[in-house]
Amino acid sequence: MRLNCPYCGTRSVNEFVPLGSASPKRPTLAEPIERWIDYVYFRDNIAGEHDEYFYHAMGCRSWLIVTRNTVTHEIIGTKIAREVAA
Amino acid sequence: MKYSIFSLLSQAFQGNKGWSTAWRDAQPKDEYDVIIVGGGGHGLATAHYLAKEHGLTNVAVLEKGYIGSGNVGRNTTIIRSNYLLPGNTPFYEWSLKLWEGLEQDINFNAMVSQRGVINLFHSDAQRDAFARRGNAMRLNGVDSELLDREQVRQIAPYLDFDNARFPVKGGLLQPRGGTVRHDAVAWGYARAASQRGVDICQNCEVTGVRIENGKIIGVETTKGFIRAKKVGFAAAGNSSRVAAMAGLRLPIESHVLQAFVSEGVKPLIDTVITFGAGHFYVSQSDKGGLVFGGDIDGYNSYAQRGSMPLVEHLMEEGVAMIPMLSRLRFLRSWGGIMDMSMDGSPIIDKTPIEGLYLNAGWCYGGFKATPASGWCFAHTIARDEPHKLNAAFRLDRFATGHLIDEKGQGATPNLH
Ligand SMILES: Cc1cc2nc3c(=O)[nH]c(=O)nc-3n(C[C@H](O)[C@H](O)[C@H](O)COP(=O)(O)OP(=O)(O)OC[C@H]3O[C@@H](n4cnc5c(N)ncnc54)[C@H](O)[C@@H]3O)c2cc1C
Ligand SMILES: [Zn+2]
Repeated sequence: MRLNCPYCGTRSVNEFVPLGSASPKRPTLAEPIERWIDYVYFRDNIAGEHDEYFYHAMGCRSWLIVTRNTVTHEIIGTKIAREVAA
Repeated sequence: MKYSIFSLLSQAFQGNKGWSTAWRDAQPKDEYDVIIVGGGGHGLATAHYLAKEHGLTNVAVLEKGYIGSGNVGRNTTIIRSNYLLPGNTPFYEWSLKLWEGLEQDINFNAMVSQRGVINLFHSDAQRDAFARRGNAMRLNGVDSELLDREQVRQIAPYLDFDNARFPVKGGLLQPRGGTVRHDAVAWGYARAASQRGVDICQNCEVTGVRIENGKIIGVETTKGFIRAKKVGFAAAGNSSRVAAMAGLRLPIESHVLQAFVSEGVKPLIDTVITFGAGHFYVSQSDKGGLVFGGDIDGYNSYAQRGSMPLVEHLMEEGVAMIPMLSRLRFLRSWGGIMDMSMDGSPIIDKTPIEGLYLNAGWCYGGFKATPASGWCFAHTIARDEPHKLNAAFRLDRFATGHLIDEKGQGATPNLH
C-alpha cells in the first residue's frame, strides 16, 4: 500500500503512522458525557470509503486525512489535516 | 457415528467406505428458538453448549460462507491463559480447562497439544513485569514458571541469547499452554452441535434484523426471513456491520492480522515461543512448517490480506530472535479480520434490544477463548443474564469506566 502525501509524493505506507477514523469530532468541555463517551470509544467502523488520519512520521511530519477503501485498500484521496480543520 | 478405536479399526477393515459425513449441512427452517449469526469457532461452540448445557436444540447457526472460512480457520492456533487482570484470568483459565476436556466432550480429535508457551524477556524491567504477571496467574490457580536464561536455553537452544540489542534474559512459561488444530475445532463443534439437532446453514448471509417494539423477532437472510425468539451475534471481524443492522454502534475497529507458514522441516521447535522485544511468535505444526505471526498492520481493514512492510518487519524480528530462520523459505501468508475493541478485551453481553445478544471484540486472541466464549455466550442467551465468568465483559463498560485494558494502551484499538 502506498499513500500519496501532498508534500512528499507517493510513499510506502511504512513511513506513516495510522490513527484510525477522522470522523469523530472532539466535543467541547461543556457537552454532555455521552458525547465524550461516543467520541472516545464508539466508531462506525466502515466497510468501504473511510476517512482516516495518517501521520507522515518518516517524511514531512504532517498529519494527513486519507480517504481509503477498507475493503479493497484503494486510496481515493489525501488531504492535509490542518487544511481540512481550518 | 461415534469415533473411537473400534470405529477406526472396523472402517479400516471395510476399506474406509462406511464413514458418514461428520455433520448435517442444513437448510434453514422458518423459525428457531435461537439463531446464532456467524459459523466461526465462537458461533459453533455457542450452539454446542446451548444444546448440551441448556437443552436448547431448536437452534440454527447461520454462516455467510462455509464454516471455518473466517478467523477460526486462519489463526495461528495458540492457546494459553497467561492474563493479568481479574476480569480476564478466570475466563481464559476456564477456557483452557474446557480445551483440556474438549476432545472427550465433542468426540473429535482436535489435536490439543499442551506443549507450553514461553514469553521471552530481554531486560530487567521486563523480567519484573513478567514476574508480576506470573504471580498474578498463580494467585488465580493458573500454572506459570519464571525461567532464567539457562532454563530457557535448555528448551530452546536455537535462540540468539547474546543478541547485542535484545539479549535473552529468561522467559515466562505456561506449561499448560500450547496449540490446537483450528479447523478441527470448527468441524468438531459443528459435528457435536449437529448431532444434538442444531441446524448449521452455510451460504446463508444475514442481511438485516427485524425488531418490533424493542424486541428482536428474526433476521433477514439471503435465504429469506427467519423468525427467532433470540438472536446472538458472533461475527468476529464483521461484528460492527452486523450490529449496524440492529442500529447498534460498537467500540470496535476491524483490522487485518497476517500469519505465515514456512516450508516443512524436521522437528525443531517443540513449544510456542514469543519474542519480548517486539511482537513475533512461532510454533511448529505437525506437518513441519513453522507457523508464525505478530502485530496487526495498523490501519482499518476488511480485506483479508495485509501489506508488505509488516511482512518485512516480522521477518526481521524472527531473525533477531532465531538467526537460523534466515535460511528458511516461507510458503504462504494470509490475513484475517480482527474485531479490535477499544480496551483490547471482548464483549459477551445482552444488548439494549430484547432478545439480542452480542459476542465480539476478540482482537487477535479469540481462538484460545473459543470454548469459554461459547460456554458463556450460551449461558447468557439461555438464562438472559451473563455468567459470572463473563460478567466483566459488558458492553456498557466503556461508558462506566470499567475497562479491562491488559496493556494499558487506552482507546487505541490498533495498539492492543
Ligand atoms: C492470522 C491470525 C492469527 C491468529 N492467531 C491467534 C492465536 O494464535 N491464538 C488466539 O487465541 N487467537 C488468534 N487469532 C484470533 C482468533 O482467530 C479470532 O479471535 C477468533 O477466531 C474469532 O472468533 P470466531 O472463530 O468465531 O471468528 P470467525 O471464524 O471469523 O467467525 C465469524 C463468522 O461470521 C461470519 N459472518 C460474518 N458476517 C456474517 C453475516 N452477515 N451473516 C452470516 N455470517 C456472517 C463469517 O463469515 C465468519 O465465518 C488469530 C487471528 C488471525 C486472523
Ligand atoms: Zn509527507
